[in-house]
Amino acid sequence: MRVRVNPIACVAHGVCAELLPEWVELDEWGYPVLDGEPLPAQLVTHARRAAAACPARAVVLSED
Amino acid sequence: MTARLLAGVDVAVDASLATHLDRHGRLPPLRTPGERAGMLDTLDRSGLLGRGGAGFPAGRKMRTVAAGSKRGARPVVLANGCEGEPASRKDTVLLTRAPHLVLDGIQTAAMMVGADEAHLVVQRGSATSTAVRHAVSERARTDAVCVTVHELPHRYVASEESALVQWLNGGEAKPAFTPPRPFERGVAGRPTLVNNVETLAHLALLARHGAEWFRRVGDPDEPGTLLVSVAGPPDVRRVIEVPTGTTVGDLLTRAGCDPTAAQAVLVGGYFGTWLPTGLALHTPLSHRGLRAVGGALGAGIVAALPRSSCGVTETARVAAYLAAESAGQCGPCINGLPAIADALRRLARGPWDERLAPALDRWLAVVNGRGACRHPDGATRFVASALATFSDDVTAHRSGRPCAASGTPGWLPLPSARQAEPGWR
Repeated sequence: MRVRVNPIACVAHGVCAELLPEWVELDEWGYPVLDGEPLPAQLVTHARRAAAACPARAVVLSED
Repeated sequence: MTARLLAGVDVAVDASLATHLDRHGRLPPLRTPGERAGMLDTLDRSGLLGRGGAGFPAGRKMRTVAAGSKRGARPVVLANGCEGEPASRKDTVLLTRAPHLVLDGIQTAAMMVGADEAHLVVQRGSATSTAVRHAVSERARTDAVCVTVHELPHRYVASEESALVQWLNGGEAKPAFTPPRPFERGVAGRPTLVNNVETLAHLALLARHGAEWFRRVGDPDEPGTLLVSVAGPPDVRRVIEVPTGTTVGDLLTRAGCDPTAAQAVLVGGYFGTWLPTGLALHTPLSHRGLRAVGGALGAGIVAALPRSSCGVTETARVAAYLAAESAGQCGPCINGLPAIADALRRLARGPWDERLAPALDRWLAVVNGRGACRHPDGATRFVASALATFSDDVTAHRSGRPCAASGTPGWLPLPSARQAEPGWR
């Protein structure tokens, strides 16, 4: 699984960084920085929770 | 001598259909499935790469769109002649002087992918629009596929393919989050072939003369000719056609520039790369050649900056333009590009603050790759290459001793405030 952010939808709520701090950093303006690498299996549940909790529906999970 | 698209083209010669047919002969029709399949093979064998900037193999893109039609939706051809780059003139020259080559290419592409409609998008209010509308009307009765001409608002990112599609579908001309890409779901939700108009013009000649002819000039791995918008000292601004692989030095000489009067060369436009003159002159104009020196061919723009200009000032001007041209959709672009532009303005004109140096490096790194489109990537590449290429000038500016040329009028072309329009529809 990979985590992407739809940068058009994202308005820097920061919920993803709270729920998935191991994987998501925020830049100095509060927007998430992701490196696009495959997500480690132990973080998948947290990632799903972050995607569901994003108020902007900007966290995009893809299976590959 | 190597002119193909611009062969026989001159301001003194009209761009009518009759002149076009005299010059190039009739376009071979692709009536049968066998002829269409044969033309796809010809395109693959030609090695034609898209001329809009990305350099994707034209044959592979077309096969992807044609495959979409097998899933039941009729494809659409979208010819991109918007030329959002202020330093680019090649699409304007092609569309005003040889519009029928582009229209031939649109017809051929439509046959190849099985499209029943085509759209040609040009810049709003330009001379190009009048020229192409006239050309379309000259052949409306004989063309198999109807071509609709559209005029796009003049914004830098509006001609990005997902922005074009969104605009044609009734939205704003702003880049969209992908996937789906236009080849999957584009105009009216149908698979859409988006090609730069120069790519389509090459296709028109390829249909007439074949792959072997096409490959006869240029770099064997990226064959053919290339339209290049050239600017440089003493006072050259023109479009010329050269074989791919021509060195930047040869190009400048052929265009009538004096390479020894250049302090640095910008290749690829405002998403492109500044190269030191010594390095640039020996670099071949090919995707591979430019990649090897950390650059990119982009949409064929070469600007040799005269020694009388200030590279830092020019970079600050373009950075401010690119920041203002953000579609304003993605946070890193909205926040990062103005921060970068402001730091460059203070580097160029003062007052400089040394704390801006690490901040600028940080912003350039953090903004890169974080937009829905490549606007932040292009802008940061442009600025980062300027900081490296003009490093001596940057040092002088940082120490409060800007170079003699700073404060001189800008040299790189930018749209005037009058041309800039606020709307995205």
